Amino acid sequence: MPAVTGVATEADARYLDRGPSHRPRRAREAARKSLRSLRLCGFNCRTAICTDWRLGMCHRPSLTGGAALAITGAGGSGAVTAGLILLAAVGRAGHYALMGRSAGPQIRGGESVAMLRFAPRPVECMGDRLDLLVGLDWENVGRFSDELPLDETSLILTDDQAVPVPEILARSGARVRSLPLKVLAEAQPDGRVNMIAIGAVGALLGLPLAALESGARVILADKDDRIIETSVACIRVGHASIGGSQAPPVGMPTPPARWNISGNEAAGLGALRGGVRFVAAYPITPASEMLEWLAPRLERLGGSLLQAEDELASINMLIGSSFGGVPALTATSGPGLSLMVEGIGLAVASETPVVVVDVQRGGPSTGIPTKSEQSDLNLAVYGLHGDAPHLVLAPTGIADCAFTVQWAVGLAEQLQTAAIVLSDQALGQSRAILDPPADPAVVRSDRQPPTRMIADSPGPDYQRYRPSDSGLSSMTLPGVPGGMYTADGLEHGANGVPSSRAVDHAEQLDKRLRKLTAFDYGGEWAEIRGKGDCLLLTWGSSAGPVFEAAERLSASGRPTRAIALRLIAPLQRQALLTELGSVGPILVVEQNQGAQLFCYLHAQRVLPPHARSYARPGPLLLRPAEILRALEEEA
Amino acid sequence: MDAASVIPTLRAKDYKSDVVPVWCPGCGHFGVLSAVTKALAYLKLPKERVALISGIGCSARLPAYVGAYGFHGVHGRALPLAAGLKAARPDLTVLVAGGDGDGFSIGGNHFLHACRRNMDMAYIVMDNEVYGMTKGQASPTTRPDWAKSKLTPHGTGIRPFQPAAIALAAGASFIARGYSGDPGGLTRLISEAIEHPGFGFLHVLSPCRTFRPEQSDWKHQVHRSDKGPTDDPAEAAHSIQADDGMTLGLLYARRLPVWQPDNRATATTADLEGAFVV
Repeated sequence: MPAVTGVATEADARYLDRGPSHRPRRAREAARKSLRSLRLCGFNCRTAICTDWRLGMCHRPSLTGGAALAITGAGGSGAVTAGLILLAAVGRAGHYALMGRSAGPQIRGGESVAMLRFAPRPVECMGDRLDLLVGLDWENVGRFSDELPLDETSLILTDDQAVPVPEILARSGARVRSLPLKVLAEAQPDGRVNMIAIGAVGALLGLPLAALESGARVILADKDDRIIETSVACIRVGHASIGGSQAPPVGMPTPPARWNISGNEAAGLGALRGGVRFVAAYPITPASEMLEWLAPRLERLGGSLLQAEDELASINMLIGSSFGGVPALTATSGPGLSLMVEGIGLAVASETPVVVVDVQRGGPSTGIPTKSEQSDLNLAVYGLHGDAPHLVLAPTGIADCAFTVQWAVGLAEQLQTAAIVLSDQALGQSRAILDPPADPAVVRSDRQPPTRMIADSPGPDYQRYRPSDSGLSSMTLPGVPGGMYTADGLEHGANGVPSSRAVDHAEQLDKRLRKLTAFDYGGEWAEIRGKGDCLLLTWGSSAGPVFEAAERLSASGRPTRAIALRLIAPLQRQALLTELGSVGPILVVEQNQGAQLFCYLHAQRVLPPHARSYARPGPLLLRPAEILRALEEEA
Repeated sequence: MDAASVIPTLRAKDYKSDVVPVWCPGCGHFGVLSAVTKALAYLKLPKERVALISGIGCSARLPAYVGAYGFHGVHGRALPLAAGLKAARPDLTVLVAGGDGDGFSIGGNHFLHACRRNMDMAYIVMDNEVYGMTKGQASPTTRPDWAKSKLTPHGTGIRPFQPAAIALAAGASFIARGYSGDPGGLTRLISEAIEHPGFGFLHVLSPCRTFRPEQSDWKHQVHRSDKGPTDDPAEAAHSIQADDGMTLGLLYARRLPVWQPDNRATATTADLEGAFVV
């Protein structure tokens, strides 16, 4: 492949062009010129003009192009709160943003890091490097050092009374600037270091003080007034401490209406939009926030959430609710999905719609509960005993968590089967400022509505599992006279009565397979971006960095397509083969050791022999640059 | 003429389906099936408003033999499935049927939590102290010295599970014991378990003619309680512990809060979305 040095900067220039309209043309020109000499490194990098001698930032991020920063601190230091406030603030300033977090295993008192990247265009991954790292303190930061990609143009902000910046970070060559964060905080009654830091960081980035303040008021809304006012005072002090705004104001005069939402919340919203009114679940990291978001909201919508005694119970509770006609969903993570697998098989055999959202984490076994990995694909696709066709889907981003879960609910209902949705920690526990996810056109005039086929007044010859061309048969709900049947995990005949006869087994197996394979899933089976004979094929949270990598390549003159599969099973084999029609390089990108998607696609005989895999385990986030490197190595 | 008088009264046999039971001749479960249909007829419950839920085992075949709605699920998970159904459809009469293995071994955890959750349903456990469907292994209620199973040739050596005592400790609000050979008494207890507001646990001694032929002697061992039910858990604990396990009747009943979500909507999805706006 062509050398990437210096090529993708045109892409960067494009982002600059989309910057706030009040940015002077001259500054844009200067930034564009400076880009030309720079190596491919993403849209937020090393692009700007040094004006701030006080901070010693020789390469300050071009703020119109956005920036990437991280805030780290010991448990209780408020690093994550600071990240949330800055996220809200950049959203108010008119930026798109993505905020991720990483935490140790401690329940309370553990160190944590909040990572924030913002830009004037949608942000779908964390990029390759940090412009700024803020250390509220440096306790145990070594545990995160490999998650904090610094280089010689990054800036580390530290407290002037803190221990020296740890060697593991300092050896990146990043510049260090110290500020009297602690002294300033102590000068305020009940002052907090993290709030001082928010003010300072905001000033550095050119965020309007008003945006910082209103961000704080929103994030701290459930605290008492005194705490809120103290925090706001600290933010002002921090902002003033480095002489107020150190950059032209970022953002738009009237920011468009955007949402601040996490992947877990978006998945919950998708469930509600899809009609789910019953959730049974057992708490598990990193899925619990989805359940916590759903519980009070289900109640308002006339539904309910039942905290079950375990995942064996929760999946069977869903089946009970759905049998009664109320669409049901649960959220869990790998260990919980393992326990649910038998129940999912029951849903498949009894043709009872249920949806399981698996917010994946590092595995196997208890694995790495707080960090992300895409290693449950094999379990989701192959875990069920017997021939048990079911649906496996994966959202391609935070906003898409809403779409994909809603779609999954509709498909499960329509097809009277189980759907597993593979989200993960990196999607679920990250927040983004994004355009409101449209209520998808799942209901389209040319399609059946995504509801199940119900017989309201079954005739005397009604049979629950009567084979049909579509494989679908209408369901009766308890309460309907004349429709009584016993749903069963035992193989059964058309009337539901248990049968071990070969003819019934073949007929019902075919019915359950046909209803999935004969269905028209439309164009939503994948998200496809770009054109070109170079192809990056991926799924789930890897889609973000893959999309960015493909965009950079395309901008560098090498047209590249990215395909993120949304419907993993049943694989839309013919549609995918059509997409793969070209003979260019194909790289299958995913975050697991076993190349699970790559192997699955090979098993389905869709990949040509020259297709290559780039698969590595979590918990480190996939970054666009490593995908580009992997593609380069393959070439 | 009121509405009730035009609904034809169903007799017990009208509640039976036309599916032929897989049970062995002489199985105690025939008596339970008969009593279930008699109780449904006695309570005049429309067939379509009744759901029978079960897991796996000989006894778990019961729903298919009743002409109501039914769900024959996986081993040990009948109670959660029933809980999901009742949460979603409080209008239905939910009965759960199963055996000692399904309910006290593989499903033991669900039994504890169903007792304390106290949802409005009846749970009928047909206890024959053996796994019949898998051809005669020891169950949680089998005596420790029962050595007829090849799987435990010296007996289990483990003291049996005490269903009534454990139900009480787990917070059950209704505990009764019946015998499949006592059709009248069993019908009455099933009716009471259904009518009890909350989780009605009915432990039914139901002999296995094939693997535990000695249980035919149960007809001489069972006896009625010489006192009425108590609502005092301490008193019930004493009497249940002191009992020989063959006492029939309602042992304990107490009004306790019933868990049932309120299914009235006060908002729409669109109402919730405003909270996301930056």
